[in-house]
Amino acid sequence: MNEGEAMTAFFKRPKRYMPLRQREPKIDAPQGLMTKCPSCKYMHYTKQLNENHKVCDCGYHFPLSADERIRMLVDDQSFEKFAGPLVKENPLNFPDYEDKLEKDRERTGIEEAIVCGRATIDGLSVVVCVMDARFRMGSMGAYVGEAIASAVRTATKERLPVVLFTASGGARMQEGMVSLMQMANTSIALKQHDEAGLLYVAYLTHPTTGGVSASFAMLGDVNVAEPGALIGFAGRRIIEQTIREKLPDNFQTAEFLLEAGQLDAVVHREQMRSFLKKMIELHGGEVHHV
Amino acid sequence: MFDPIKEVNEQLGKLRETAETKGIDLSREMRHLEAKLHRLEKDIYGNIKPWDRVQLARNPKRPTTLDYIAQLFPDFIELHGDRHGYDDAAIIAGLATLDGTPVTIIGHQRGRNTKENMHRNFGMPHPEGYRKALRFMKQAEKFNRPVITFIDTKGAYPGKAAEERGQSEAIARNLFEMATLKVPIISIVIGEGGSGGALGIGVCDRLLMLENSTYSVISPEGAAALLWKDAKLAERAAETMKITAQDLLNLGIVDEVVTEVFGGAHIDVSLQSSLLKPVLAQHMMELRGRTQNELLQGRAAKYHQIGTIGS
Ligand SMILES: [Zn+2]
Repeated sequence: MNEGEAMTAFFKRPKRYMPLRQREPKIDAPQGLMTKCPSCKYMHYTKQLNENHKVCDCGYHFPLSADERIRMLVDDQSFEKFAGPLVKENPLNFPDYEDKLEKDRERTGIEEAIVCGRATIDGLSVVVCVMDARFRMGSMGAYVGEAIASAVRTATKERLPVVLFTASGGARMQEGMVSLMQMANTSIALKQHDEAGLLYVAYLTHPTTGGVSASFAMLGDVNVAEPGALIGFAGRRIIEQTIREKLPDNFQTAEFLLEAGQLDAVVHREQMRSFLKKMIELHGGEVHHV
Repeated sequence: MFDPIKEVNEQLGKLRETAETKGIDLSREMRHLEAKLHRLEKDIYGNIKPWDRVQLARNPKRPTTLDYIAQLFPDFIELHGDRHGYDDAAIIAGLATLDGTPVTIIGHQRGRNTKENMHRNFGMPHPEGYRKALRFMKQAEKFNRPVITFIDTKGAYPGKAAEERGQSEAIARNLFEMATLKVPIISIVIGEGGSGGALGIGVCDRLLMLENSTYSVISPEGAAALLWKDAKLAERAAETMKITAQDLLNLGIVDEVVTEVFGGAHIDVSLQSSLLKPVLAQHMMELRGRTQNELLQGRAAKYHQIGTIGS
């Protein structure tokens, strides 16, 4: 019934439930010379795929690391990464948690499941936050929550728009209630940004579930998603158990939510940059010459 | 068997009755007894395990929001509806006075039996329930009325229609609006606080928890299944996940733990309410003394400090 259970349900979802166009919940970057599309099974040259925004001709959007996303989006050399927030690393003294964090740090080369900073898009200044689902499934603990809250506070102070890419299974289980409270922490920072009359675009990517979907992911002035992204509060299995009914294959996809009136648009990755640029322009974004 | 706690409880009950029927002020004596009760409980029940508290929090006889309202707010008037075509019975709302001051009351509402639970959807709101709650919060803000919310849910309802109609958005919207709602908000966890579905009416200036209530990001069973692939380790998860009132007080998430009647709140809801009332009144008095700026800065700081170091 909780977000965490939603996360379990998603990541442990049996294969027979996998919608046709839904990707495998595998989030490692393609490696080696060839990369197989998990949706249509086509074998891509990795290099070519990378040049194609990591999108298959069938429409399948490969997951991006935070660094890949940032490189794809912002002007060359424009990204100034914010320092990570000072947070309690293991607030519940959860057994083995620090080891898990350390392993993910080694594996991914990032400090935590989010990267935030200041950048320009075609000269337009913006604060960008990008979650990275390779790190602890992108789950939100104190680091992720406070990194977002802090980046948004900076944006409020500097009167900048915020673009936040979500990719998260929900709450960080090992941080328990400290994790849940980040939903409030981030929402408060975003409300202050909102009251300053500034633009926030929530950009939902695969997957965005649980506590992340029920907080900052849905609080944009504009909420958009990548095609095929799984987005939802509760997990499919939990819902099927509760209502004793099989859910349609496209349930909780970006397209499903668009039809249900829960999203402003589904934006193909090729249009990501131009879409965001236009949005920022329409909301009074200014070019700051360096 | 001699039960010292029961005895003090009975003395308290008698005192309160005398005070009420004869109209004499016995609050000093009652406070004295309450303190004694608290000490006794600490001695005897100091060893109660988190898992025991989970059972108490889930006891079907545990008082619900309406049970506390009946005791604490005899002038409560229930008001209904989200104004978009639905009145979610898993959320109740209305107006009352607390020590003569008008307040808005919002709470999750479980049923006390199967029939009521069908009607109340076991206290698990749909998006409309959160939107109904939001309507009453905004109304409270307009009339400068403090908000008191009672938290008592296993979680927001995980249903197909709930997803289609924006369960995520409805909860997120409430967090966003409660973030800067310009009136004091006090939330009280009276039973189970289940994750985002609880927080959806629980962003506040003061968070109180009844001693045997729980508040968690996932149920102990869910946590055990997820973390250790074994739901039978729920008892261990109840400890590791730090979900009791005392644990959350230690983590700086809860502001005050409200002592419970020996054996649990369900033993005597009237006595339990009399233990809750002064705590609630005290926090309300403190918050009402704040300027709007102090209130909102305090609220932001409250959530900012939870995960951070030295801020
Ligand atoms: Zn493909």
